[in-house]
Amino acid sequence: MRPFTYERADSVDDAVALHGEQTRYLGGGTNLVDLMRLGVEQPDRLVDVTRLPYDQITVAPDGGLLIGATVRNSDLAVSWSVRQTHPLLSQAVLAGASGQIRNQATVGGNLLQRTRCSYFQDITKPCNKRDPGSGCPARKGENHNMAIFGHSTACVATHPSDMAVALAALDASVHVHSREGKRVLPLSDFYRFPKDDPSRDTVLKPGELITEVEVPPLGMPSSYRKVRERASFAFALVSIAGALKVEDGVVQDCRIALGGVAHKPWRAHRAEEMLRGVAATKENYLRAADAELESAHPLRENGYKIPLARNLIVRTMLSLGEGA
Amino acid sequence: MTSLERVEARDKVTGRARYAFEYPVEGAAYLMGVQAAVGRAEIASVDHEAALALPGVLAVLSCENAPEIAEVDDPELLVFQSRKVSYRGQFVAAVVAETWETAQEAARLVRITYADERRPDVRLSADHPGLYEPEEANGGFPAVSELGDPDAAFATAAVQIDATYTTPAQHNNPMEPHATVAAWEGDDLTVYDSNQGASTVQGTLAKIFKLEPAQVRVVSPHVGGGFGSKGTPRPNVVLAAMAARAAGRPVKLAVTRQQMFATTGYRTPTIQRVRLGADADGRLTAILHEVVSQSSTLREFAEQAAVPSRVMYRASNRRTAHRLTRLDVPTPSWMRAPGETPGMFALESAMDELAYTLGVDPVELRVRNEPERDPEQDIPFSSRNLVACLRKGAEHFGWADRDPTPAIRRRGRKLVGTGVAAATYPANRMPNKATARADADGTFTIRIAAADIGTGSRTALTLVAAETLKADPAQVTVELGDSALPRASLAGGSTGTASWSTAVVRACEALLDELDGEIPPEGVEATADTAEEIKSEPEYSRHAFGAHFAEAEVDIDTGEVRIPRMFGVFAAGRIISPTTAHSQFVGGMVMGIGMALMEQSVMDAEFGDYLTHDLAQYHVPACADVADVQATWIDEEDQHLNPMGVKGIGEIGIVGAAAAVANAVHHATGVRVRDLPITPAHLLPDF
Ligand SMILES: Cc1cc2nc3c(=O)[nH]c(=O)nc-3n(C[C@H](O)[C@H](O)[C@H](O)COP(=O)(O)OP(=O)(O)OC[C@H]3O[C@@H](n4cnc5c(N)ncnc54)[C@H](O)[C@@H]3O)c2cc1C
Ligand code: SF4
Repeated sequence: MRPFTYERADSVDDAVALHGEQTRYLGGGTNLVDLMRLGVEQPDRLVDVTRLPYDQITVAPDGGLLIGATVRNSDLAVSWSVRQTHPLLSQAVLAGASGQIRNQATVGGNLLQRTRCSYFQDITKPCNKRDPGSGCPARKGENHNMAIFGHSTACVATHPSDMAVALAALDASVHVHSREGKRVLPLSDFYRFPKDDPSRDTVLKPGELITEVEVPPLGMPSSYRKVRERASFAFALVSIAGALKVEDGVVQDCRIALGGVAHKPWRAHRAEEMLRGVAATKENYLRAADAELESAHPLRENGYKIPLARNLIVRTMLSLGEGA
Repeated sequence: MTSLERVEARDKVTGRARYAFEYPVEGAAYLMGVQAAVGRAEIASVDHEAALALPGVLAVLSCENAPEIAEVDDPELLVFQSRKVSYRGQFVAAVVAETWETAQEAARLVRITYADERRPDVRLSADHPGLYEPEEANGGFPAVSELGDPDAAFATAAVQIDATYTTPAQHNNPMEPHATVAAWEGDDLTVYDSNQGASTVQGTLAKIFKLEPAQVRVVSPHVGGGFGSKGTPRPNVVLAAMAARAAGRPVKLAVTRQQMFATTGYRTPTIQRVRLGADADGRLTAILHEVVSQSSTLREFAEQAAVPSRVMYRASNRRTAHRLTRLDVPTPSWMRAPGETPGMFALESAMDELAYTLGVDPVELRVRNEPERDPEQDIPFSSRNLVACLRKGAEHFGWADRDPTPAIRRRGRKLVGTGVAAATYPANRMPNKATARADADGTFTIRIAAADIGTGSRTALTLVAAETLKADPAQVTVELGDSALPRASLAGGSTGTASWSTAVVRACEALLDELDGEIPPEGVEATADTAEEIKSEPEYSRHAFGAHFAEAEVDIDTGEVRIPRMFGVFAAGRIISPTTAHSQFVGGMVMGIGMALMEQSVMDAEFGDYLTHDLAQYHVPACADVADVQATWIDEEDQHLNPMGVKGIGEIGIVGAAAAVANAVHHATGVRVRDLPITPAHLLPDF
């Protein structure tokens, strides 16, 4: 392990001032420290942000949430208000990692966790995300859990966060601070597609610190479901965050975001548009799912994700509709 | 036999039980291995400079400067003796430093240049041009066996099954990674090492470093699992001893989880063609089981996957055969029930296919084909209670009500099915020595260099000694896991308890003979050696048997498979320690669930290494995957085994378990998955 310095920030100003060229903010460290051990991350300074005063979940009068970036994943998942108003968010967090990791992991760190692509994690191999220009062995190699949407010749990786998929469905936005001040980024624009520069997962500029995540009120039944090869402690093959409002048999509103299928949480805008205002029937769900999946481009080994995503969309909408 | 809690349980849960890496050794430095980053090449040069320049680095070892060591059978152990890279991830250099972190960083600074780099040949296929028939398969079995005219019998059989099954490479992944602490004192070497047999490691180290065995001491009282991967010494133990000598200091080496995927063995992938011919009643007329597997270019290891088909069922025409090819991969090795585990997945899946084709109940089909004598060797079984296991399991599991029709049962959005498969594992014994000692205070001490790798052997041997001595187990202490103790065989091939307990019983009997009246202050000691006894065993076919019953739930929307219940019944001789035996059976079954549904090491065809590098990628069952898994046994009295009448239980629990799951998945869905593991990707396209 390379030597590095460790600093603890007490305020946002402190944190952003301490941030230099090879600095990383340290949340729970459950991803960053692993990557440092593997040699993937080689910071010379860690700025611990877990003592910043952003460890609260605030419920707005309208039912919206303001979630501090240092709130531990476990605390977010068990929060009574979150479970009441945004159950899909609680379910998504609980579907991730293990109890021990969730106790340690923070909301900010969860959003910025890196892909689980095994080439990315092995510094003896090429990878455009880790080492720009070196190539993407996953595209023709082992890709059974890679992206089916929005990948490029440069990178076919997926974003691994469950929480982010729920936040994408919720139209959340991310508050970030830097020396230049504060900005608010809608989650839909927060993550990037790999295009020709997969080294950047998000639009964050160097040194920008996540302080809060803002979640508008939802007001309809919602759920999160994750498909994986074992019953817990595994990343998603495909996951779905869904919400549905049906009145008189007609879809008033709906949200569908898929995980495990793209470089970012995949908001199924096309399917949502097709569903708003039509009858809440299996046929319509199926038609919407198929339309959404038309733009999918499976790789050699991950074609199964298409029927899987389709089934998940249909089943999630059906069960949310039944609950209504 | 009386039940006894694991004798070292308290030490383990309080952290007092020491594992290899934890031994405090004064002045110890840390050792980190450097792995080849190519799959097939010659090492042109190794540049140590940058690593040595890092403060705290004490030494760098590689083919450029490594001392010569003596040849042994396993070339994997001949570290840095050649410039050839045989597989990606092979240890090609090592760094000794003041701290583990420095060693790790310095390891990245060792610059290796390769010459003659070629694309590694790493993909096993049934038509690989390098396939050949080895002389023997692992365990010393003939590679091929044939009786009657299997081809003709199969061709003319009323009912035929001809199917190919594959199992992927799997890594043992014991909880405790391989680790060694090595310290020299002059020409005497002490290693604290995580292994399945201290005497074996001692013998190998003595050979490699040209020492007398008495100059080498291997200390391994507690070992956090092995599953076969610690059955043979691994490069870590040689590296540690070599580096400690070079650095002039004791060194500590912990193989990282990532490194284990290349350097500590694994189960070969297999491709198995099984053909079964039967008459209209399901009586087998032909059994053909042909296996293709891989080994490295360094050493031949032929997984004996067709061997269980030599004992399972009656049929007058039969052939079993093994072929393998030598690839640019690490040498595969033992993993819990090598041979039986992949082999019985194939055979027991094929039996299920036959039952389904014939419309005969799969339990009944097995009973119908029960042989009276060992069907290939034509000798009697010492005992064989497969039918009793099947019957008991069927009754307990509620098999009688089972409708064999696949894909008709639903539980919400899940398809439900049940499956059965049989299990078998040989009951062998190895020669051992042991001493038994009585002290004036009424306590007894048993000494034997046996291993307790978490299986409970310390507990079992305590009970064995207490019973033989007619003493209270609390009066008996078993010392094991140290090569300074009387020489013992390793914990492998489910031979441990049978072999060690023979020596312990004989030593205790000898002690009883010597004890008369008062025990003198210096105590009384007796020693036994079982070499002669074992040589003169009468001819019997000795095997444990068992039956697994599994229920599978398959999600209709996602293809996710979960196992709500599983029940295993085993006939494995006498069960000495019910508590720890139960854990062994259940543990094996759980590992079988893992094999069926998730365990898989993925070979990268371009780079030539196993991509799965940690336990986040290499999935084993989590608690949530293990619902209601139960095991029980049949009290079996077998006079033809050993004084305790035991057969060994460490491996049979996994054998056949994956087939029971796969058969349950078929019953649930109507989809026959012949390629493990059974993932949603396999099932979804069919839904
Ligand atoms: C074995 C394993 C299994 C897992 N399974 C899952 C799973 O199934 N689903 C899932 O969603 N996740 C899973 N995870 C990932 C886990 O959720 C993340 O590791 C965790 O959420 C990261 O949070 P952290 O606070 O520990 O982040 P850290 O490791 O501390 O940081 C991660 C990144 O975020 C940056 N960072 C942290 N905080 C901030 C901030 N406030 N502002 C700006 N940058 C910041 C760091 O610099 C770093 O680059 C798993 C992890 C492991 C180890
Ligand atoms: S998919 Fe992306 S992360 Fe994986 S190897 Fe290719 S570039 Fe690297």
